[in-house]
Amino acid sequence: MQSSRRDFLKLAGVSALGLSAGTLGFLGEGAQAADALPNATNFAKPITAKRWAMVIDTAKFDDALIAKVIDSCHTAHNVPTIPGKQEIKWIWTEEFHGTFTSERPVHLADAQEHRKYLLLCNHCENPPCVRVCPTKATFKNKEGLVIMDYHRCIGCRYCMAGCPYGARSFNFQDPEKFVKNMNLLYPHRTRGVVEKCTFCVEKLAQGLMPNCVQASGGAMVFGDLQDPNSPVRKILKEKFAIRRNPSAGTEPGVFYIL
Amino acid sequence: MIEKALKGSPRYFGALMVFLAIMGIGGGFYLVQLNQGLMITGLSRDVSWGFYIAQFTYMVGVAASAVMLVLPYYFHHYKAYSKMIIMGEFLAIAAVIMCLGFIVIDIGQPQRMLNVLINSTPGSVLFWDMVVLNGYLILNAVIGWTSLMAYWKRVSPPTWVKPLVYTSIIWAFSIHTVTAFLYAGLPGRHYWLTAILAARFLSSAFCSGPSILLLLMLLAKKLTKFDPGNEAIKSLSTTITYAMCVNVFFFLLEVFTAFYSNMPGHMDPILFLFSGFEGHTYMTPFMWTAAALGLTSLFLLIPPKWRENRDILVPALIMLVIGTWIDKGMGLIAAGFTPNPFEKVTEYLPTGPELMIALMIYAVGGFVLTILWKIALEVRAEVEGEPGK
Ligand code: SF4
Ligand code: SF4
Repeated sequence: MQSSRRDFLKLAGVSALGLSAGTLGFLGEGAQAADALPNATNFAKPITAKRWAMVIDTAKFDDALIAKVIDSCHTAHNVPTIPGKQEIKWIWTEEFHGTFTSERPVHLADAQEHRKYLLLCNHCENPPCVRVCPTKATFKNKEGLVIMDYHRCIGCRYCMAGCPYGARSFNFQDPEKFVKNMNLLYPHRTRGVVEKCTFCVEKLAQGLMPNCVQASGGAMVFGDLQDPNSPVRKILKEKFAIRRNPSAGTEPGVFYIL
Repeated sequence: MIEKALKGSPRYFGALMVFLAIMGIGGGFYLVQLNQGLMITGLSRDVSWGFYIAQFTYMVGVAASAVMLVLPYYFHHYKAYSKMIIMGEFLAIAAVIMCLGFIVIDIGQPQRMLNVLINSTPGSVLFWDMVVLNGYLILNAVIGWTSLMAYWKRVSPPTWVKPLVYTSIIWAFSIHTVTAFLYAGLPGRHYWLTAILAARFLSSAFCSGPSILLLLMLLAKKLTKFDPGNEAIKSLSTTITYAMCVNVFFFLLEVFTAFYSNMPGHMDPILFLFSGFEGHTYMTPFMWTAAALGLTSLFLLIPPKWRENRDILVPALIMLVIGTWIDKGMGLIAAGFTPNPFEKVTEYLPTGPELMIALMIYAVGGFVLTILWKIALEVRAEVEGEPGK
C-alpha cells in the first residue's frame, strides 16, 4: 500500500510531462486519482509575476472564513495536525500583539484588538532563511517565491533561527500518521526536514491562484507587486496596509489592511 | 608511537571502558532518535536549537582556547609552556571532534550531511563553520602529532610546522568568531544580535577552555608522574583570571546597552534569563547560579596569593567552568529564542534522551582525549627517563 502510493507519486511527475492520465490505470490505487491528475495541458498556461505578493484584508475575516482558508491550505498540502509545541503549520492565526510585535500598541481599537490575523510565510524580498541555508534547500525563485527542495534539506534548522516571523516548521517526527486524508496529488514530507508555505507555487504553475486566496472569497488578494495594474497594487493604492516587523529589513511580501 | 595507546595500566583501560560504556548507552538513545526523529528532544517549533547546539558552541570555545598556550609559546617563546603545549593541542583535537559530533546528532537528516559540501553555499555561515572546524582539526592533528613525533625522536620539529603553527593561531580565533557569526547575523534574535557576540564568545572561551585544560592537567599530575611546572600553572591561571574579568565586563556592556536604551527587544531576553518573562522563570535559578559561581570564582582568582594556592585554585576553576557552561551551554540558546517572534515564551529544557545523546558525544571526547594524552605522557616519560640524551 505504502510503496505503491510512493511509486504513484513518482509517476505523477511523469504524467505531468505529457503522459495522458488514462495510461496510469495499471497502477491500481493510483487509477482512482488518475482522473484528477494534472497533465501537460494544465501546465501549459502558468501565471507569472516579477514579484508575487499578497494583501490580507483582515476585517473581512471571521472564524468560519479563517477555518476555511487554513483548511484549504493544510489539506491540499498534507500539512499534519500535530498537537503541542512540535506542531507544523503553514498558515495560522495570532492576535494583534503576536502578529505586529514591533507596534506594541496601548489602548488598541476594539475592532483590531479582537481580530485574528492570518500568518504565513511572507516570501520576503531579502529572506534571511535563504541567506543562512547551507544547502540551498531554501531558495528564492525569480518570481520572488521563497520555496524549498525538501530532498536537499539536512534539517539543520538554521533557517528557523533566521526567520524573524516564525514562519517555518520542522518535521520532528514522521508526519504521515497525522495527515487525515492524504492528498495523493501532493507529496508529504519525511521527518527531519523543514517546511513552510510556498505561496502555492504548484498552483501558479497551473495558472491557478493559491488555495487560500481561492478559499478566501476576495478577502485575500494576490498578484504582482511590480505591476501597477495588478490587484495587489490597486488595493494598496486605496487602502493603508502594514507589514509585520519591517525593521528586520526583509521586505515581507504579505500586506495587512487593518 | 601509536602503540603506546595499546599498553597501559588497568586504570587507563578502566577509564576507556567507562567511556565506551557511556557511548554505548548514549548510542542506544541515538538509535531511537534516528528511528523516531528529533521528537524525542525538548525542542519545538519556537526553540528549534537546544542543548546539542549549545554544547557545540561551548566546545568550540574549548577548542579555540588552545591558542592561549600556543600563542605565548610560539610567538613569545615562552618556554614554561613547553610541557603543556601538546596537551593543549590534543585537548583541542578532542574538543573539535566533539563539536562535529554535536552537529551530527543535531541535524534531522544526518545521511544528507554532505549536501553542505555538494551544494556548498558561501553565503551561509554554517558552511564556513564547517570549513574552519575541519581545518582546525587537521591543523592541530598535524602540528600536534609531528611535534610529538619529533620530540620522541629527539630532533627538532621540521621547519614546515612553523607556518602551520602561525596559521593555527589565527585559525583558533576564526573558529569561535565564525561560530559567533552563526548567531550574530540573524534579524529578530535580539539576544544574539550584538556586535560584541564574537568578542564575548572569545573571552568566555579563553577563560573556560584553559580552566578545563588546567583542571585536567592537575588531574594528570595526580595520577601520573607528569608535572606541568609551577610557573606554567601560575601563568595559565593568570590568563584565565584576565579572560574571566573581560568576560564579565563584556556581559555588563550588554546589560548597560539593553537597559539604558530601555528598548524592549533588547531587555526582554535578559529579563527572561534573570527574572523571568511573563511568568516563565525556569531559567532564572540556572542563571543566578551561573552569576554567583562566576563572581565567586573571580573573587577567589584575583588575589595572586589565593590563585597560587591549589586548594583555592581548583574549586575556583571548577566554579568558573560551571558558571560559563550555564551561560553558554544553556542561557545563550534559550534567550536567543525567547521571547519568540510572537513575543511569547515556549519553554525548553532538554529531555533525558537528549542529555544521554549529548553525554555520548562527551564520552567520545573523553575517549579520544584519554588516548591522546596517554601517548603524549608516555612519550614524555620515555624521553625524560633517559638522562644524558
Ligand atoms: S517569512 Fe521567514 S520563512 Fe518566509 S521568506 Fe521571510 S524569512 Fe523566509
Ligand atoms: S533546515 Fe533545511 S532548509 Fe533550513 S537551513 Fe537547514 S538545510 Fe536549509
